[in-house]
Amino acid sequence: MTQHMDSSSGPVTGRQDAAAEPAPGEAADRAVAGILDAVVRPAPGAPRGVVVDSPPGAGKSTLVVRAARELVGAGERLMIVAQTNSQVDDLVDRLATKASGMSIGRLHASDSKPAPEALRHANVTAKDKVADLLEQDVVISTAAKWQWVRTEQPWRQAIVDEAYQMRSDALLAVARLFERALFVGDPGQLDPFTVVGTDQWAGLSYDPSSSAVVTLLAHNPAIRPHRLPVSWRLPASAAPLVSAAFYPYTPFRAGTGPDDRTLRPGLRGDGSAVDAAIDEAAATGWALLELPARHTVRTDAQAVAAVAATVRRLLDRELTAHSEQGSAPLTPGRVAVGTAHRDQAAAVRAELARLGVPVDPAAGECVTVDTANRLQGREYDVTVVLHPLSGRPDATAFHLETGRLCVLASRHRHACIVVARAGIPELLDDHPATEPVQLGVAVKFPDGWEANHAVLSHLAEHRVRL
Amino acid sequence: MSLLSTLARLEAVRAQRAQPLATVRHRHLSDRPMVLVPLAAAGEAGAPLAVLLGTDRREPRLHFVPQPLNRTQRSEFLAAVAREVVPYLESFGDEVELLEGSEKDPVSGEKVPVVRELCADAPQLIVPNAGGVAHLALLGRSTRFRRTVEDPDPGEYPSPTEVPLLGRWLTHLTDRAQVPGSSMLLAMTGLLARHWATGQSNLEDQHLAARLAWHLPPAGLEPPALGAEAAEWVESARDGEGLLLHPPAGPATDPKFDERVLAPAILRHDAAVAVRERAGAARDDAEVRRAAALVERAHAELARVLLSATLPAWHDVWNGVDLLRALPPAGHLPDRWEGDRWSFTMHRERVAAGEPPQPRRDDAVTAARKLAQREREQAKLEIQEALDDPLAMAERRLAGEAFAGEVVDVVPEWSEGRSPKPRPLLVVRTGDRPHADPGREVHRAHAEPAQRAEIVSSAPGEVVVRLLSGMGRRRDPEPGSVPEPGSTVVFTLFELAPRQSAPLPEPADTPWTHGGPPVAVEDAPAGADEWE
Amino acid sequence: MNVSHLGQATPPLRRLSELRGPAPQRSLDARALAALAANPGCRRRALLDAAGVDKVALAQRLGRPAPFGQSPFAIRRGLLFESRLKRDGYAVLLEPLRRRLGVPAEEVSSLAVPDLLPAASPAVRAERTAAALAEAAADPSAWTLLDHPLLRLDVAGSPAYLEPDALVVHAGRCTVVEIKSFPVLDGSADPANVGAAARQAAVYVLALQEAAARRAGLPLSEDPYAVQELPGAPELTVLLVCPKDFSAQPVAVPVDVRRELAVTRRQLSRMTRIEQLLAALPEGVTFDLARDGSGAPTRPAGELAEAVAAVPAAYAPECISTCELGFHCRSQARCAGAVEQLGRGVRGELGSLRTVEEALAAAEPGAAAGPEPEPAGGSGPDEASGRLAYAARLRAEALGGVR
Ligand code: SF4
Repeated sequence: MTQHMDSSSGPVTGRQDAAAEPAPGEAADRAVAGILDAVVRPAPGAPRGVVVDSPPGAGKSTLVVRAARELVGAGERLMIVAQTNSQVDDLVDRLATKASGMSIGRLHASDSKPAPEALRHANVTAKDKVADLLEQDVVISTAAKWQWVRTEQPWRQAIVDEAYQMRSDALLAVARLFERALFVGDPGQLDPFTVVGTDQWAGLSYDPSSSAVVTLLAHNPAIRPHRLPVSWRLPASAAPLVSAAFYPYTPFRAGTGPDDRTLRPGLRGDGSAVDAAIDEAAATGWALLELPARHTVRTDAQAVAAVAATVRRLLDRELTAHSEQGSAPLTPGRVAVGTAHRDQAAAVRAELARLGVPVDPAAGECVTVDTANRLQGREYDVTVVLHPLSGRPDATAFHLETGRLCVLASRHRHACIVVARAGIPELLDDHPATEPVQLGVAVKFPDGWEANHAVLSHLAEHRVRL
Repeated sequence: MSLLSTLARLEAVRAQRAQPLATVRHRHLSDRPMVLVPLAAAGEAGAPLAVLLGTDRREPRLHFVPQPLNRTQRSEFLAAVAREVVPYLESFGDEVELLEGSEKDPVSGEKVPVVRELCADAPQLIVPNAGGVAHLALLGRSTRFRRTVEDPDPGEYPSPTEVPLLGRWLTHLTDRAQVPGSSMLLAMTGLLARHWATGQSNLEDQHLAARLAWHLPPAGLEPPALGAEAAEWVESARDGEGLLLHPPAGPATDPKFDERVLAPAILRHDAAVAVRERAGAARDDAEVRRAAALVERAHAELARVLLSATLPAWHDVWNGVDLLRALPPAGHLPDRWEGDRWSFTMHRERVAAGEPPQPRRDDAVTAARKLAQREREQAKLEIQEALDDPLAMAERRLAGEAFAGEVVDVVPEWSEGRSPKPRPLLVVRTGDRPHADPGREVHRAHAEPAQRAEIVSSAPGEVVVRLLSGMGRRRDPEPGSVPEPGSTVVFTLFELAPRQSAPLPEPADTPWTHGGPPVAVEDAPAGADEWE
Repeated sequence: MNVSHLGQATPPLRRLSELRGPAPQRSLDARALAALAANPGCRRRALLDAAGVDKVALAQRLGRPAPFGQSPFAIRRGLLFESRLKRDGYAVLLEPLRRRLGVPAEEVSSLAVPDLLPAASPAVRAERTAAALAEAAADPSAWTLLDHPLLRLDVAGSPAYLEPDALVVHAGRCTVVEIKSFPVLDGSADPANVGAAARQAAVYVLALQEAAARRAGLPLSEDPYAVQELPGAPELTVLLVCPKDFSAQPVAVPVDVRRELAVTRRQLSRMTRIEQLLAALPEGVTFDLARDGSGAPTRPAGELAEAVAAVPAAYAPECISTCELGFHCRSQARCAGAVEQLGRGVRGELGSLRTVEEALAAAEPGAAAGPEPEPAGGSGPDEASGRLAYAARLRAEALGGVR
């Protein structure tokens, strides 16, 4: 087990050679072309897997759609594995829109119905038995459902989406279904987890509770992960921070320059702290709306109210987002609120409803309010984040988890406003990092404690006190 | 920690005595458990020093290694322990139930009836703390590959045959102990922690005597006291020589004890043995006899000090057993204990079939299977505990995962279609606030047969649900299947039957992503080379 | 591992030495580093360590001695283990390093082990280490082992000395070697132990990075994860040397400490400066035990306790296994009825309720009526109370018949 450690011990530095860097578009195109070559036209003797690390907003979904189209175009039958039903439905929707000539099978569990967005396309067939979908160009389902599929004829090609969130044991159960596979995912998001003891397998290359990609790479040292080097989502104000705080071992950069994205309020601020925070965020991409220090319960009413008021004012002040894609007004659908806990999201939703902000998707375009887990893979123009440690008297491993903050801080194209009570740095100091270390497990992520500090010290420069 | 257990701890601080965290006993307790208090020699991983064990609290039996560095003595110790433990374990194989089932014939693929044996009962080992379980696991690992005199190549230091057998059992039991809700090998601190809260932290609760001090005044404390003061006394009170009045429950011994008592006693024993050997070499019979007496005395002295180091923990464990026996058993215990009986029966069969010892490391498929089993059992445990114990259900209610209340109204309604089925609405008055959005599926606790419902509306103080199943096949619900107004109901947002785990490939079919089928690496049997 | 302080009598250093009294200055050992990592925010511990106070003696005098000690068996085993390591010219250490660095076996001809003057004063030893390191780094083909070197590191503005077990220098760079007694069993080791070792080693790596930067006249890189490309700079992967399986055979395993290094840098940069702690201290406070001729402390325990109480603490139950003052600070936390006595985690649910009595009062039936209040309704403290009262009601209902 030390040998898989050695394979990961190549030199890694935090530095970048700025001088020799090609333009972001060029760098990204080159990366994508290399990946598609490896997937669609593998060299003889090439490894059976292709792994792509994609930082937030680096074009992972676009890559998956392109790879699917090229593979189907080359005459392959394709299976796609995603991790949650909503990821599957999203992917079906996107694929069906982008490739109307492709026949797509949506395989679902007998007790769960696919979302309407996935079913509205003529080229999508939804069934709960794989036998009914074998004629489709592409069959898409969750890893959990694929595990139950029995088939005599495996697929030649698979795409595994959000592969870093897939557990090794799930891959063990589905790998028999395909010969070759493209694995794409974001190594910085929330890790898979289990509630039972797994210490006895820690450090084993196939630890069933670890990420599928970790196992795959350990057993297939010939696979050299590709990397999408440019984030098209994160603005120039966010990419360096997110890269340094969460991806210090595999840095990336923004695809747009500081002037490519602007966010302009149509109405002037009313002098309130909330409006000042909005102005700060519009101007710099970040704002920290800070409430006075106090220990509160999770659903801190004042913080919830501050979040809701911020969203209300964001919508009232008629902001316009200009970007390389053109100009668009900031409508409710372009705004999201991120929290750590479900009850916090529920409280924010209730408060927003009270302020007349649409939050019910069934009733039309609305503000998304959800937990970090559910915001993974999503993108908005502006996000308002209730800081996971705000008002907390303690900092548990859950709240310090690197991926949680990373998800919340990397959903936006223009600006992110963090609402928090003062005193989080001091709280962190009282709850030091004592993460255990497994021998033979390559370090991929920074410590959550340190990442939290790094983000906070950056946010401190954009502080507006409430 | 949940708010309910925090509350119990706060109450324990105020009362200075332990407070209940359960209304029933959630772990099986055998009528005939074997208690073990193992001690390890400091400085070396898993090196045994002594164990006090037995099934009768009045008759603890001490085994120890007079010179912990001596391989032969270590082997003798392990053989002696094996001669106590293995017969105890195997005695549960005597009585079996015969169960009829069916199995797929590997050749024809047809189902053929088979009769399987299931042991009527299974053994139960109880150790003081989690460290004790870990120590047994190390012993299992270090002994199950030992070569014995029966091996074709017994090596330089063959072990008695019982030793690797003990190793295999210990490995099996410690592995099984990882399965949530299993009861074949239990740590008393964990048992107590599941059922009572103390007024101290989790970390301090790992000290068995300190946590028991919240239940019973510790022996030797004058005047008798309970709570923080008593706990601190057992943790730290020392006599004039600097020795702890209440030695720790192991496996680590108090360094002061090692220095002041154990090391000198071992030294005296070594010296006496050396004298005897010299006398033996010199063929001086009188001197041999004198030295033998010296050895005997030194041996007895070691036994005395090691007994004094283990006996308090021995009593603590049995006192804990008494506390637990006073709780009524939870309803689902027989169900979970049957899982332990299967586990015991199957391991016994593997041993009888002459299968090799468990490998050092699980292969990919075995590891994934074990993880799936543990997750399944964890889910089952959570469900069963909630159903068995209103206090466990209270945790779920507080978390918004269940609600309890009184049915204030029943509105009979039916499904549409050619043969309408009953779909009555229940209006439930509740102080709980479930995370229940309309349309969400809920499950009625304690319903027989199982009954599903969906949330129609949820407002503070009142939840309306529509029953969807469990009312028979006719147009009108089976009598008694719909709760009457005035009755109390509990609904859960979690399912009441754990989901099945997905199938995994056979180890021989391990896919390329996981390194392909495991190459059969012979786990080289360990001779003396491992221990030195 | 020893840490002591430079002898220049700048005002803070003079005040620190007054705090300690005439007793010899104590060093920061592995335990002190662990306590620092486990509770960096505790000002009491920070000040006592900076002053080099003998915390073992202090705790003893306060009436609640630390429960730490080492068994003679463990000590003997440790010595046996180290002697194994030295056998065969440290082959156990060099082999994995050689493989990592890709150096062919035949190129490791001889290993230099310079004399680091172990008996000299800390300042002299640190200088000797620095010189030996510079010399070893100057010859890229040489292999040098620095046995128990002494490194200097600034902790909260006060210089301290650290003593790693060993450094191996080759190709102009050095690797920290940490020797531990816990075993590597079938290739894995207790993650909590490995984590603690990694945190300890990260402190040494940081000290070496600072020294290399100082020598080159450069500031330390902004990026805590950056590899330092300077002569004598440390590798960011350290070697952990442990007994293999059940034997006394050493095995060396590489441990990447970049993560711990970033954390350590942040922790040290956030520590309250010692001058500030000193400034907040009332006049005349000292931790001097006032030992008499025979070495027995004469300072009344009450007086000493008052002096200790003058520095704010941040007690948590973890203290008991990391800090010598654990039992003392616990009894203080208990007297004050602080909820921290139950663990760092319990406060999460209690909002601003800080004491056991406050929390229990909030849980009383009359304290907050009715079901759980609207989440967005009341303000913080009431809400915590509301939840507690709700929990208390559920608990009482469930226990109905039992109590
Ligand atoms: S025991 Fe006391 S002095 Fe030591 S770290 Fe804890 S609170 Fe600080």
